[in-house]
Amino acid sequence: MSEQIDELIKQDYEAGFVTDIESETLPPGLNEEVIRFISARKDEPEWLLEWRLNAYRQWLTMTEPDWAHVSYPDIDFNAISYYSAPKSMEDKPKSLDEVDPELLATYEKLGIPLHEQEMLAGVAVDAVFDSVSVATTFREKLEEAGVIFCPISEAVKTHPDLVRQHLGSVVPVSDNYYSALNCAVFSDGSFVYIPKGVRCPMELSTYFRINEAKTGQFERTLIVADEGSEVSYLEGCTAPMRDENQLHAAVVELVALDNARIKYSTVQNWYPGDQDGRGGIYNFVTKRGVAHTNAHISWTQVETGSAITMKYPSCILKGDNSVGEFYSVALSNNHQQADTGTKMVHIGRNTRSTIVSKGISAGQGSNSYRGMVRMNPGAENARNHTQCDSLLIGDQCGAHTFPYIEGKNPTATIEHEATTSRVSGDQLFLCQQRGLDAEKAVAMIVNGFCKEVFRELPMEFAVEAGKLLEISLEGAVG
Amino acid sequence: MLSIHDLYASVDETEILKGLSLEISDGEVHAIMGVNGSGKSTLGHVLAGRPGYTVTSGSVRMDDQDLLELEPEIRSRAGLFLAFQYPVEVPGVTNLEFLKAAVEARSRHYGEEPLNASEFLKQARGICDAVNLDQSFLRRGVNEGFSGGEKKRNELMQMMLLQPKVAILDETDSGLDIDALQVVADGVNSLRAPDRSFVVITHYQRLLNYIEPDYVHVLVGGRIVRSGDKSLALELEEKGYRWLEDEVA
Repeated sequence: MSEQIDELIKQDYEAGFVTDIESETLPPGLNEEVIRFISARKDEPEWLLEWRLNAYRQWLTMTEPDWAHVSYPDIDFNAISYYSAPKSMEDKPKSLDEVDPELLATYEKLGIPLHEQEMLAGVAVDAVFDSVSVATTFREKLEEAGVIFCPISEAVKTHPDLVRQHLGSVVPVSDNYYSALNCAVFSDGSFVYIPKGVRCPMELSTYFRINEAKTGQFERTLIVADEGSEVSYLEGCTAPMRDENQLHAAVVELVALDNARIKYSTVQNWYPGDQDGRGGIYNFVTKRGVAHTNAHISWTQVETGSAITMKYPSCILKGDNSVGEFYSVALSNNHQQADTGTKMVHIGRNTRSTIVSKGISAGQGSNSYRGMVRMNPGAENARNHTQCDSLLIGDQCGAHTFPYIEGKNPTATIEHEATTSRVSGDQLFLCQQRGLDAEKAVAMIVNGFCKEVFRELPMEFAVEAGKLLEISLEGAVG
Repeated sequence: MLSIHDLYASVDETEILKGLSLEISDGEVHAIMGVNGSGKSTLGHVLAGRPGYTVTSGSVRMDDQDLLELEPEIRSRAGLFLAFQYPVEVPGVTNLEFLKAAVEARSRHYGEEPLNASEFLKQARGICDAVNLDQSFLRRGVNEGFSGGEKKRNELMQMMLLQPKVAILDETDSGLDIDALQVVADGVNSLRAPDRSFVVITHYQRLLNYIEPDYVHVLVGGRIVRSGDKSLALELEEKGYRWLEDEVA
């Protein structure tokens, strides 16, 4: 059985191609000059440069976190290049027709058509290639509704007040080591603003891709949903196969004002490294949302890629009756290590949170759920329900659960359920006896395990996530 | 249809089957009886190719194919079906998805057009009715929270959908009340056909009142020690297994 499983885990990374385009890449190294360069390249206002420099100086005084259940060699932050842009971006394209065809072909290969297909899908896409936002489609239609969806570098100029008001308001500059680094060197990312009472007419979506070698990607996403508005946002990520590790340290901030709803879905498929654990992305991301009165924030993530993941999309339930949700599928195959979960901080009265975490470990993968639920003294009648399930495939992988529960209000209710199970030989044999090959069987069993989370994804993403899981598990049983 | 010749097989290095031979022709129903540990269920699992069951010598042919050479899923697609004694749960995977995947694996294997979704649903619903399972079972996880009887009927449902050439029923009667037994037997009888054979593994003669066998074989110590018609089952019911075991000893 375990041999059978071992053999199934071998798989190819389908998004592992490199695009041959000319790019302008800063030499590796980090200092104030580099930050000034990035800021100047983006023609940023003085306040933002100062903000970056302040973050950099704070970062210098901080140390890398070492509490996560992952291990990796020290990162040499001076061996990373902090800015890379496709050269054809020098003269920024005015429309899709002017975008480098090679670049567009890359997105095609990734299954992200920027042209007609996504018209049909009705998805507005902002694509971030290495450090620069390449194309934002559907802007006119969104503008009609008053929705702002553009690269954050552009929003800094076109909507400086909004950006300045909210940037860093949810994740403070010095929140943690990687968020401070991101503040200092963030390259680009998406900015979304949904005006009062507006329901965003389409799903918004960003695709991130790291193409250049030895570059880091530090994108920054800021979503502000004004009172009574509603938005669903999707992000997808891929990177080429490379032998060296690459760093991805993003920050995502969500602001849901009174009665607003934000649904944020991620399908993360960064290059996970090869079967021996060489290469792959370090995915150290800070994601947090603040929910005001009656607001609703829902995080859904499907994490199949990256060599190492440390990521805890969180909700600050500040307003009364606000709701936070976290639905997660995290897969660790081969030598992947994932330490992921959430933080639900209940501040307001009658706040509710739901956590559903599905961790899958295969090969020699290590999967840890780390989640904090805190009921502040003022969180009258607040409720949390956590369900944390682990599935093991084979006998060399690991699953761990680190719940942190702090109840400071006697009227609050906190529930935590956890299960650990494995894909059993009996289940596999049942499937095979009915004609399914072992790979298909494992994929089906794992998909069944993840169903509660996939249900939360927008339809087309749910299908994609199912397929991605199937590909990521290829070779998990033989 | 199925030809088993001098089969030896072991589990965890313990030899269970010791020279079993059996010829099954098209359309026949063979009952395999014996006490616990005689190798009845092992025979079913060896035929289906369960990992961990090692054939040490002998041969099994199905329709001129060397069955033992084939992967378990290929044996299934070639028409071999094993109804499990203890059907396992597959949480979150609905019966409908599971059945569809099984049917599609077959049609893909034989390069046939896959059944369209609405046709398939119609067929699945019809079979639900036939085995007296509420159609809501199609939307439930495979065997998830099913009672013993429901699990057995679910196995029958899969068999009816997959239309096997050789169906092995592994103690299908265990844990069934008399009504459920009747439903399962009716289902099996409705599937009896000139080109379909059955191997009915059971402890008790009771099941054979409902599914009438053409032949009855008694397994002792991993070999068939006596074969006869259905009257042999009645004789066992009356006299137990001991006299045969003593004879062998």
